[in-house]
Amino acid sequence: MTGPVERGPAVLGARGVTRRFPGVLALDRVDFEVLPGEVHALVGENGAGKSTLIKLLTGVYRPDGGGLEYLGAPVRFAGPLRAQRAGIATIYQEVNLLPLLSVARNLFLGREPRRFGLIDFARMHREAREALSGYGVHVDVRRPLRELSMGARQMVALARAVGSDARVVIMDEPTSSLEPREVETLFEVIGTLRERGIGVVYVSHRLDELYRICDRVTVLRDGRVVHTGAMAELERLRLISLMLGRDVADVAGEGVTTFSGEHTEVSSEPVLEAADLAARHRLHGVSLRIRPGEVVGLGGLLGSGRTETAQAIAGALPLDSGRVSVLGVPVRRRSTAAAIAAGIGMLTEDRKHEGIVPGSSVRENIALAALPRLSRFGLVSERRVDRVVRVFMERLRIKAVGPEQKVEELSGGNQQKVLLARWLALEPRVLLLDEPTRGIDVGAKAEVQRLVDELAAEGLGVLLISSDLEELVEGADRVLVLKDGAVVGELSGGEVTERALMAVIAGEPVTAAGERAGDGAPAVRGGEEVR
Amino acid sequence: MWRDLFQRHGALIVLAAVVVAAGAGLDGFLTAGNLDNVAVGASFLAVIALGMTFVIVTGGIDLSVGTVFALAGVLAAWASQYGSAAALLVPLVVCGAIGALNGALIARAGLAPFIVTLASMLGSLGLMLAVSREGTVTHLVPDGLALTPLVHGRLLGLVGHPVLLVVVLFAAGGVVLGRTRWGQYVYAVGGNEQSAALMGVPVGGVKAAVYTLSGLCAGLAGTLNAVWLGSGVTIFGIGTELEAIAAVVIGGTLLTGGYGFVAGTLAGVLLLKVVQNVINAVGGLSSAYQEVVSGLFLVVVVLAQKWLSRPGAAAPTAPHGPSGPARTGAP
Repeated sequence: MTGPVERGPAVLGARGVTRRFPGVLALDRVDFEVLPGEVHALVGENGAGKSTLIKLLTGVYRPDGGGLEYLGAPVRFAGPLRAQRAGIATIYQEVNLLPLLSVARNLFLGREPRRFGLIDFARMHREAREALSGYGVHVDVRRPLRELSMGARQMVALARAVGSDARVVIMDEPTSSLEPREVETLFEVIGTLRERGIGVVYVSHRLDELYRICDRVTVLRDGRVVHTGAMAELERLRLISLMLGRDVADVAGEGVTTFSGEHTEVSSEPVLEAADLAARHRLHGVSLRIRPGEVVGLGGLLGSGRTETAQAIAGALPLDSGRVSVLGVPVRRRSTAAAIAAGIGMLTEDRKHEGIVPGSSVRENIALAALPRLSRFGLVSERRVDRVVRVFMERLRIKAVGPEQKVEELSGGNQQKVLLARWLALEPRVLLLDEPTRGIDVGAKAEVQRLVDELAAEGLGVLLISSDLEELVEGADRVLVLKDGAVVGELSGGEVTERALMAVIAGEPVTAAGERAGDGAPAVRGGEEVR
Repeated sequence: MWRDLFQRHGALIVLAAVVVAAGAGLDGFLTAGNLDNVAVGASFLAVIALGMTFVIVTGGIDLSVGTVFALAGVLAAWASQYGSAAALLVPLVVCGAIGALNGALIARAGLAPFIVTLASMLGSLGLMLAVSREGTVTHLVPDGLALTPLVHGRLLGLVGHPVLLVVVLFAAGGVVLGRTRWGQYVYAVGGNEQSAALMGVPVGGVKAAVYTLSGLCAGLAGTLNAVWLGSGVTIFGIGTELEAIAAVVIGGTLLTGGYGFVAGTLAGVLLLKVVQNVINAVGGLSSAYQEVVSGLFLVVVVLAQKWLSRPGAAAPTAPHGPSGPARTGAP
């Protein structure tokens, strides 16, 4: 896009800010600045520190070290309200408005036009209509907000934020729930903001959007700034490698995972087949097959639809369309219970909230899902539970004092193994593993990886989701790359290299044969990289 | 449009229907004496329910108002020996303080309104028993108290002063909730606390204020009731909190917060009291049936609310799934 109308000193800046959370250094001496009239992309993977930085800039958190500068002077915001009043507007990815209140009330909450102390509704409604028409929203502003589409709500949020004399607008994944047409309107609005000399911080994982509207980019990784510069001068592949922390020139070396990399495929009949999975805004026709003994990896950036794909297969995500079948038999009802009955097990990314029952024992946690199988006439057979628990504790090498130890006392890795045992007790045909090694220590990671290998060797079909490229490359026989809820590439066998993966994620379509449909991006032939 | 109309005016429509039916079917229902009875009888509950409306619009609940009402009555009767000002101020200060304490615990300490107000319900019950020596002493309002004729008076010999007060308080409450910025904040807190905070609403302050207001309303109602009755009766008012909540909900205010009107609450109070009156008037029916009918009303109203909000119900509640792009960055 064209350059900004006016550039001066930074309107908002962070100078060497540090922020700690118990056990985590979320931001480590981060420098960041937004110039007036520029759109500044802030990118990074999960845990990179984007959210923390945004919260610091908007007064939600205060830095442990370093400080903020606003309009050329050091500043310390006492809270989000102060930052907002000062002119820092934030559009959160989940629209933070009040669905039951009218559109106009949402727009003007806290700054309603008043006469004699009472709200002047006529004027408020008129001004709301005028303000919103500038954002392409033409609705009855007296109606409750919930009657609007997600896109229109986002526009109301934007109008609200910008209307209050904003100098800086921070947008956190603003397009994640918008229709293409609404995205266009948003970009027009961003163009207007830029012309008005407002600094925009734009957080998104959609590379096409970043390259389209951003002037500069700052890449965060593990709480540090790893790159700041002009957006157009940063190659896509380089951007991906910066985000994922894998140097383009440095990925050929032997990895440190414990995957064997070879799995015997028992037969070519797929154990799991998912076709045309579609869910509004999230998945757009994802299809995949897993054969017995095969580990299929799902790659892609955060928000690309990896978790959603697994959830869709496991019956945990409402779908607009799509079919899932196990060993050729369609899973009819779309529910987790039906999926489990069909032999699909899913290890969720969020161990704490969606998995373990922390106060219960290892034994109870393992047996939980399998209880119906271990009971007769509604009574649980303690003997059978004991046997199952013993078998899996040994087999998965779960390190616990005994089966009666509480799960919350175990390490993250052992908790993960307990969850794995819970699914295995159901004798599944397919295991969906969402980030199975995130947040567990190196030793446990190696063990979990080895287990995945063993399970596949026994004929289980495995879907492995990981942000760790190395884990995908060494653990999976085949990797599907997702982007914006659709499969954009598939790599198999020798093609599966980190560099090739990054190329596909960067949006350089690589076919199985290694051909590319060039789109002007730097030439990296994904298929050629053989280690 | 239809749904809105019913949600807003459902209680009023039913009230009108019941009044018309009772007027046609029952002799003596539409007499000035009976209507006055109903109106004055409803006024104390109405004042409590007014405060409760604000609390419920923020998504909270105040279980303490029944015993606070009773405590106020006993305190007013006890203090009336020191004059009108004491009879009015002592209960208002004490009840306002109880409300403020509720508010502080809920807003600052983040405790659940249900638990906090349950605790203060028990606390004020104990306080009341202490003032009345375990209920053995019934304080009487002395004859000739300046406040008494004010409460018992009538405007133009027609409208009882308590009724007049209710009209004034509800008009003021309606303006505050509907037409002031603070009123919008009350709705915002009930709509979504987090969003409200991000939109710059002083959530804690609003919560603290509505519980204080609720305590004051219950205190005022109890005081007036004691003066009306001429004594502080200890058992009077216990359980009123449920009646007040019922009236508010029947009046169209959502228990989940973010939506409601004081006018609806007034209609809800009147509906409950008219039904009570009708049942009492129908010979041979025990007044116990009134509770049954009130209960039924409540269930029907809540069912109707659920049904009415069904077609658009998908919109306000959690449009986003449990995971996916929602999670970014550090803890």
